[in-house]
Amino acid sequence: MSSKVIQAMYNDDDILMDAVKEVRAANHHIEEVYTPFPVHGLDKAMGLKGTRIAITAFLYGCVGFSFSIWMMNYMMIEQWPQDIGGKPSFTFFQNMPAFVPIMFEMSVFFAAHLMVITFYMRSRLWPFKEAENPDPRTTDDMFVMEVAVDENEQELVSFLENTGTVEIKVTEK
Amino acid sequence: MYTFSSKLKTFSYALMIVGILGVAYGFFTTPSSVEDVKVMLQESHDTHGEVATAHDSDAHLDDSNSHDSAHSDDTHAEHVYHLLKNKPWSALYVALFFFFIISLGTLAFYAIQHASQAGWPVVLFRVMEAITAYLPIGGILLFVFFVLSSLHLNHLFVWMDPEVVAHDELIQNKTGYLNVPFFLIRAAIYMAGWIWYRQHSRKLTLAQDNATDLSNYTKLFKRSAAFLVFFLVTESMMSWDWIMSLDPHWFSTLFGWYLFASMIVSAITTIALVSIYLKGKGYLEFVNNSHLHDLAKFMFGFSIFWTYLWFSQFMLIWYANIPEEVTYFVTRFNDYKIPFLGMLVLNFVFPLLVLMNSDYKRVNWFIVTTGIVILIGHYVDIFVMIMPATVGDQWYFGISEISSALLVLGIFIYVVFNALSKAPLLAKGSPFIKESEHFHY
Repeated sequence: MSSKVIQAMYNDDDILMDAVKEVRAANHHIEEVYTPFPVHGLDKAMGLKGTRIAITAFLYGCVGFSFSIWMMNYMMIEQWPQDIGGKPSFTFFQNMPAFVPIMFEMSVFFAAHLMVITFYMRSRLWPFKEAENPDPRTTDDMFVMEVAVDENEQELVSFLENTGTVEIKVTEK
Repeated sequence: MYTFSSKLKTFSYALMIVGILGVAYGFFTTPSSVEDVKVMLQESHDTHGEVATAHDSDAHLDDSNSHDSAHSDDTHAEHVYHLLKNKPWSALYVALFFFFIISLGTLAFYAIQHASQAGWPVVLFRVMEAITAYLPIGGILLFVFFVLSSLHLNHLFVWMDPEVVAHDELIQNKTGYLNVPFFLIRAAIYMAGWIWYRQHSRKLTLAQDNATDLSNYTKLFKRSAAFLVFFLVTESMMSWDWIMSLDPHWFSTLFGWYLFASMIVSAITTIALVSIYLKGKGYLEFVNNSHLHDLAKFMFGFSIFWTYLWFSQFMLIWYANIPEEVTYFVTRFNDYKIPFLGMLVLNFVFPLLVLMNSDYKRVNWFIVTTGIVILIGHYVDIFVMIMPATVGDQWYFGISEISSALLVLGIFIYVVFNALSKAPLLAKGSPFIKESEHFHY
């Protein structure tokens, strides 16, 4: 189903923030905002739900932590015990202090990498993907707000013109 | 303006009185002679039977190898007698030192905020200044303690005893640094520098409140940067002098940092607790939960930093396994297992799990609960830094320990809240005051 959207361009993040608040206050639906850089507080102004990526980071960290325990136990205790510096290497527990840096690094490694992969998948980003932004200038110095047209197109355009926009375009999507 | 409520004042007096009675009791109940200790040991042997005997022969293996057993009993009793004599002194030292470093850590944190020209903490400056008001009093108390130690009223610092030094070649080599006059001179220099900066910065921020230009502010910025240089050197040396020299054979090169981590996390926790208390009483209306969120982030971060240093110190010594180094941890694992490993739970695992979630850092009772746990944990940390060297295996949390902490806590509360009532709670002259008041995250 195709729907009509209005793309309003802004050249300043402060003006954009005020515009987002105004548009939401007037009960219009903002489809998406494209910005060249992350704008602090924009997610709250748009009324987006808080990100859950922190929870996944914690869980991935736990996976990395467990994996490192299993890995060090397999490598250093079961498969090929090595006597390093006269330390008894026959139980995991007695060697545990030496494994702590590895547990730490593995937790960070898993949390960081899997979190980035999750983020890409969640935002539907993959290699050779075509860009979704409606105007190439949003990667440079322009901010675009997409507002859905529901009933009166003309009224909405004139409303948006008063929010400090520099350019307005109406397109099918 | 804050008024020191009579309820809190009475509470601090009560803490001081209970504390002083307990401390006095601790001093009067130490055994008065070696004979008393022998009787005491005999009794404990009788009641505990084999466990106690096995334990004693373990701890004094060297003695029993070289001497006949009767002689060994005598030297053992004398040893225990000295350790028990040290116990009330050590308990007092732990408490004095702990509250002193809370105040000193707050001063360092405060200087960092000025030197980095941070905007957000301006509304908390008066709270920090009040906590550092304890610095002069705590410093004098500690200095008096060191003078009493140097007069041989206690034997916490074994290198102060010429009898010990005469038979100890390792300490003899260190007498150029570890001698009583130089020790006291160093202590006086550290304290003079810290207290001078504290009084000076307080004067400047108060003057800035009613100033029309920024001259006080720029002066404070420069003095704070200079103070931080002085502080980082003296703090490290202070940790060698006041803590590490209790074990004069042992040394660790990151000890200064390790103590600093303990100091700064306790200090930030105390700032957060005092702020939440004042907010609960209806003051500090300009402090919002974003400020508390930032303090809680620091509590979380520095707790991990402390663990990192604790582990770095431990792992290198454990791995290298050099006899003169590992004795430090062997004593702690053998005689102090519960406080030594328990503090890792209090100082690391608990804050890590409770304060990890961003939303929890804004909830007052989460901050207060974690804060109290962190303070107890770092008190135990200081306890385990000092006690093994001074009372060895004769430690327990008794009346001396608890009442010393209560006594100094009473003085601390009185001085801090008295200082809070002396000046407006908002440092309104700072150029960043608007930024701080509207701080949100």
